Amino acid sequence: MSWLSRVRNALPWGDKRETPDNLWVKCPRCQEMLFTREYEANLSVCPRCDHHGRIGADTRLEQLMDPGYILLPDPVVAEDPLKFRDSKRYTDRLKAARASNPHRDAFTAAFGEIEGEKAVVGVQDFTFMGGSMGMAVGNAFVAAAQKALDERCAYIAVTAAGGARMQEGILSLMQMPRATVMTRRLKEAGLPYIVVLADPTTGGVTASYAMLGDVHIAEPGALIGFAGQRVIQETIREQLPEGFQRAEYLHKHGMVDMVVPRKELRETLAKLLDYLSPAQAA
Amino acid sequence: MQVAPGPVSAIAMISYLEFEKPVAAIEAKIAELRTAAGEDGDVDISPELARLEKKSAELLASTYASLSPWQKTQVARHGARPHFRDYVQHMFSDFTLLGGDRLYADDEAIMGGLATIDGRKVMLIGHEKGSDTESRMRHNFGMGKPEGYRKAIRLMEMADRFGLPVVTLVDTMGAFPGIEAEERGQAEAIARSTEACLALGVPMVAAIVGEGGSGGAVALASAERVLMFEHAVYSVISPEGCASILWRTAEKAPQAAEAMKMTAQDLMGLGVIDRIVPEPVGGAHRDPPAAAASLAQAIGEELDALAGKDADTLRAMREERFLAIGEGLAR
Ligand SMILES: [Zn+2]
Repeated sequence: MSWLSRVRNALPWGDKRETPDNLWVKCPRCQEMLFTREYEANLSVCPRCDHHGRIGADTRLEQLMDPGYILLPDPVVAEDPLKFRDSKRYTDRLKAARASNPHRDAFTAAFGEIEGEKAVVGVQDFTFMGGSMGMAVGNAFVAAAQKALDERCAYIAVTAAGGARMQEGILSLMQMPRATVMTRRLKEAGLPYIVVLADPTTGGVTASYAMLGDVHIAEPGALIGFAGQRVIQETIREQLPEGFQRAEYLHKHGMVDMVVPRKELRETLAKLLDYLSPAQAA
Repeated sequence: MQVAPGPVSAIAMISYLEFEKPVAAIEAKIAELRTAAGEDGDVDISPELARLEKKSAELLASTYASLSPWQKTQVARHGARPHFRDYVQHMFSDFTLLGGDRLYADDEAIMGGLATIDGRKVMLIGHEKGSDTESRMRHNFGMGKPEGYRKAIRLMEMADRFGLPVVTLVDTMGAFPGIEAEERGQAEAIARSTEACLALGVPMVAAIVGEGGSGGAVALASAERVLMFEHAVYSVISPEGCASILWRTAEKAPQAAEAMKMTAQDLMGLGVIDRIVPEPVGGAHRDPPAAAASLAQAIGEELDALAGKDADTLRAMREERFLAIGEGLAR
């Protein structure tokens, strides 16, 4: 399709599904205006500066898995257990997040195959309340790991979170040991657990299941760390080094095995799954 | 070796918290009266003294019976509150300090060693905040670095091999946020430490004695029995941090403390902790030996209840304990 016909298709009197609003996206890094379709066809990676954009759970699953995968049911958890309210009610924040997201919370998992290799893939969605980890995320993680145990297959977690779901207070914090119970069970069952660290992966998620994989893969440029940069700056009052807490920086410091461009992610996972087949002894 | 005893906080040096001002006024009057009586032995001040002491004790008790979450946060952070070294001195008949992660350094924000509590041999690990400028700097205010958590992992694994129960004393505002801590894998160290707790085949009892700050606390508190001092706090983020993110000003910290449900009483209700350990009236800092005795009794009872359970049972207890959190809440 030519550039002109693409524009024509997107005009109001053309294809009704396309409006000028979503015809273009602006790359958050290089500011280049990109055709949405072209950008999405490129896996939401900027063709000009290679910025890896944030993507939702369904898009991620489609990119990684063979067609025909089955979504695991969204977990049912106590909603707003603390009756939390800041400037807004937590229940209203949840409602707003659900209005613009097909899922009920920030972690969605599916069972299927990656290039013929059986796997459960769990995806944390930054667009849902910053991917923050609350009981729903924790339970979805636990259920996905349990599915891998039941199917005796690999578990791949794609992480992305700004931090804890503060509106769930301590119950958010408790997801760290809860998820770790499951990564231990996978390990004991001899099943591979692979983490794909997407932008951004910070706080309690990093300090639990994101750092306990057999293999850690980071997406290019992803922000990955424990403490927030502002908190670090306020504590030490020093300039942060160039590229601090970025995927490449973590690779250099030995925290991730590899930095893999999104277009090679699927084949990389398939290759790893081929090597790390579930141990027979366990 | 025997570790040097930590400085004992003296009541005479007490610094009053804002909400203790009415108590402070009465106690000042009592002190004044005593001084005056000392100078002039002829006047019988005992009726007045008894009246004031009764009044002050009642006021202290009623104040501490109804502390708000924010007030408890201040008590938990009180400069004179006993810390790891104080508990070592008052609760353990022996303590042999062990140091280093064998990888990088010895982090004194997290201390650990072989200890004996009422005849029971254990591996004791905990955060130490320090009690004066020099020691606070040395212990980095109790904010552990990766090497501190890796030392904890090493000691837990050793305890497991030698059948020693693990006791942890949790008291940190959080793991240290710094460039080098990030470079050396703060997140990985915390995750592995949590994993090491869960992997133990020996009993583990964790006590939140002051501040249980976020992941830096969880890393030492993923035990089958989690105790908490009556006025300690345990939360996913500090009230100031929560307020500055959700209310956009740290000044709303009291509201954030309220909303986050971070007191021992709240956490008991949520099934996050298993037992509340009483503190002396007026908080642990008023009487550290009494606080330590209370804690020693609770830890002793928990260790006795866990004694004799095999490794698989203990691990299963721990796993089920955490998996069950939140499951009983109304949906
Ligand atoms: Zn770009």
